[in-house]
Amino acid sequence: MKRFIGFIKKEFYHIFRDKRSLFILFGMPIAQIMLFGFAITNEINNVDIAVLDHSKGATTTEIINKISASKYFSISQFINKESDIETIFKKGKVKAVLNFEKGFSKNLIKDHKATIQIITDATDPNTANTVSNYVNAILQQYQKELNKDIAITYQIVPQTRMVYNPELKSVYMFVPGVMTIILMLVSAMMTSISITREKELGTMEILLVSPIKPIQVIVGKVFPYIFLSIINATVIVLLSIFIFKMPVQGSLILLGFESVLFIITALALGILISTISATQQTAMMISLMGLMLPVILLSGFIFPISSMPLPLQIISNIIPAKWFIIIIKGIMLKGVGLQYLWKETLILIGMTIFYIGLSVKKYKIRLE
Amino acid sequence: MDNNTVIQVEGLTKMYGDFAAVDAITFDVKKGEIFGFLGANGAGKTTAMKMLIGISKPTAGKAQVAGFDVYKQAENIKKSIGYMSQKFALYDDLTVKENITFFGGIYGLSRKRIKEKIAILLEELGLEDVSDQLVGALPLGWKQKLSFSVSLIHDPKIVFLDEPTGGVDPITRRQFWEMIYKAAHQGTTVFVTTHYMDEAEYCDRVSIMVNGKIEALDTPKKLKAQFQVDNMNDVFLKLARG
Amino acid sequence: MSITVSNISKSYKSVKALENISFNVKEGELFGLIGPDGAGKTTLFRILTTLLIANEGTATVADFDVVLDYKKIRNNVGYMPGKFSLYQDLTVEENLNFFATIFGTTIEENYDLIKEIYVQIEPFKDRRAGKLSGGMKQKLALCCALIHKPKVLFLDEPTTGVDPVSRKEFWDMLKRLQQKGITILVSTPYMDEAALCDRIALIQDGKILQIDTPQAIVKHYPKKIYNVRADNTYQLIKSLKTYEYNHSVYPFGEFVHYTDRRADFNPKDLIQFLESNNLSNVEIEKTVATIEDTFMELAK
Repeated sequence: MKRFIGFIKKEFYHIFRDKRSLFILFGMPIAQIMLFGFAITNEINNVDIAVLDHSKGATTTEIINKISASKYFSISQFINKESDIETIFKKGKVKAVLNFEKGFSKNLIKDHKATIQIITDATDPNTANTVSNYVNAILQQYQKELNKDIAITYQIVPQTRMVYNPELKSVYMFVPGVMTIILMLVSAMMTSISITREKELGTMEILLVSPIKPIQVIVGKVFPYIFLSIINATVIVLLSIFIFKMPVQGSLILLGFESVLFIITALALGILISTISATQQTAMMISLMGLMLPVILLSGFIFPISSMPLPLQIISNIIPAKWFIIIIKGIMLKGVGLQYLWKETLILIGMTIFYIGLSVKKYKIRLE
Repeated sequence: MDNNTVIQVEGLTKMYGDFAAVDAITFDVKKGEIFGFLGANGAGKTTAMKMLIGISKPTAGKAQVAGFDVYKQAENIKKSIGYMSQKFALYDDLTVKENITFFGGIYGLSRKRIKEKIAILLEELGLEDVSDQLVGALPLGWKQKLSFSVSLIHDPKIVFLDEPTGGVDPITRRQFWEMIYKAAHQGTTVFVTTHYMDEAEYCDRVSIMVNGKIEALDTPKKLKAQFQVDNMNDVFLKLARG
Repeated sequence: MSITVSNISKSYKSVKALENISFNVKEGELFGLIGPDGAGKTTLFRILTTLLIANEGTATVADFDVVLDYKKIRNNVGYMPGKFSLYQDLTVEENLNFFATIFGTTIEENYDLIKEIYVQIEPFKDRRAGKLSGGMKQKLALCCALIHKPKVLFLDEPTTGVDPVSRKEFWDMLKRLQQKGITILVSTPYMDEAALCDRIALIQDGKILQIDTPQAIVKHYPKKIYNVRADNTYQLIKSLKTYEYNHSVYPFGEFVHYTDRRADFNPKDLIQFLESNNLSNVEIEKTVATIEDTFMELAK
């Protein structure tokens, strides 16, 4: 036991003295979550919009003022004909055009119903979606105000049309994906690098020619990273709750348990990588190409699995990250419990046992 | 500087802050001489050599190498010298021919001249049969001989050798020294930096650096006589211990 | 016997690293394995330290079989690999502490064994190992290899890349360790270090050329050997090689070592021959063979 503690102490020295790994450990999670958070955020600010007002009545002016007064939009120009819409979108600055139908104000009063068209530039689908939601919200707010004073209900019917990318998919919540990437990175890559570093330096030779058992070396290597990965997972969850106001619907305890399970899966993969690579560089390459890319591309984090070609859909099944993303999405977004997630959990446990078994088999008590 | 002096150094100094890595060293090296530049690790050998081959600017002092000033004509110096280090020599994943062609190209040899050089080198070294093999597959001794020949490919006036024969077997080592004698005989100056004292025994003259200063400079024979010992190793031990 | 090696062979793919190696090292002996890079020294060390398994043959270290009892050997030997193999980002003291813990001991427990060496690096105990000079690193590595009081010490090229002063100090330390009863197997490419061992094995291309005490090895050199010298070493070597009776011609420091094929060789004949080849200031004198001469004669 004393040997083991001595070993772990040494590992922590390595981690805290290596600025590069410290940065990957603590800088990356925060940087990534911030980057993803603000890049795929639902907040918009001062988006330029243009107005095509065929009605030019009191109501339209009032609506325009309301929109312009909000911090989300600034009305950058007024246009006069439909054909101008294309032109200003092509310039790229204006993200949406509000098209009030002819006689908007009159229709609203007479028929209690008027139509406004919100045309958004969906080359950036995320912004487009958000812009149209916000305009809708403002219109609804205005409607409420109107209806408060008057007995009759006036109804403004917004028609939303996305141009350039009509089949806009909903944006996936980024937190599960980022958490998966980071746990993978920290656990698998850092462990494999730290084991291969000993091989490269030649210290593995000395460790082998000592009474310390291989299992102690492996567990000693892995233990600090389990600890650090748990800290990382906690930081990510806290950041997403407090900075991005992300609700966690399900059980935090279950979330914690599943995260530890995934960390162990990733660590097992890391050990496996270290048994097949002789240098830190190889370990890094294998981790990046063999783990990070699939996590980003095939796990459903960025590209929905349902829209992948069949062969890729099949391949995605062997990627642990896919199952973990399903699990945490389930817990965080849908608030479901183990009764719905037992299948995914079992798959992860199975994979972990397989990887550990394989690395124990591959781990050498000698040099070849 | 007379015609026969190829390296002339006077009061050459390199400071790192308050620390003098090289402390006002002065010496000359003649054409065709095999000059041993000795010292322990950290004595300042490498720093001094870097100044001489034009990749580090001296803090003070004068130095001319192959007739060029180390302050202003570093580029000319680089063209007039060859360099071989034990650590880096040739590309293991290129063949013998490809290596020669590559280094010939770096020094701006014409394609015709490279072809001639390949033929000459392969014949001299007896490597004709393996000319299309990867250098990585050759025995260490062959690699070192080839790498020495490659460092002479552009007929430099001076060749700098950094611990050239460490670890090779004694016979190959002899063959290597025979090549060095030949190069010197043909007028190339050979500047050997090393901390292996038995390598020093082969040099015409040696200088021994201790703590940035040259503490001794003479032929091995005279140095051994001066310190009343049998070999250069003991000369060094006496000097280093003060 | 502290180490026994019998008929060990080892190949990597098509390359034969070791061919039928046999020797014994007695308890408390300082045994040197002398040979150039690529001779197979490191492979042999790795077999004896249980890191590799030989294709053929058997070996024991401290009476344990290197294959069957590898765990016991790992408890009883100290090993210093050829490359500096300590943690560069740990301080001197942390390194030593770490190795003490994994061997289940403490610095205090075996302090008397490493004391002499450790006091020299103690002033730098809070310095990171990566920032030490070559000689210091080597002393630290030796301390780490000794910290568990091993019965047998394996040192693979401990003096490569180390300056003469540190080399001398290192060999002095080995002599003192030997007096404390530790068996030492050391390898080196430097022939001049051979004389410092009790017995040596000359090794090249995976084969042992000879095993004996250094004194006996030079004594058994079969020829009379001469120092030859002239004004132009290059011309001298060239001429000697054309001399019809030459047996061997090797540059050797400021001289050329020459042996003749004839039993009744008269140096005067050679001087005459050399002078007729336009060499001036020719000197010839008898000298004694060195380990290196023997090595070349055997490897020829």
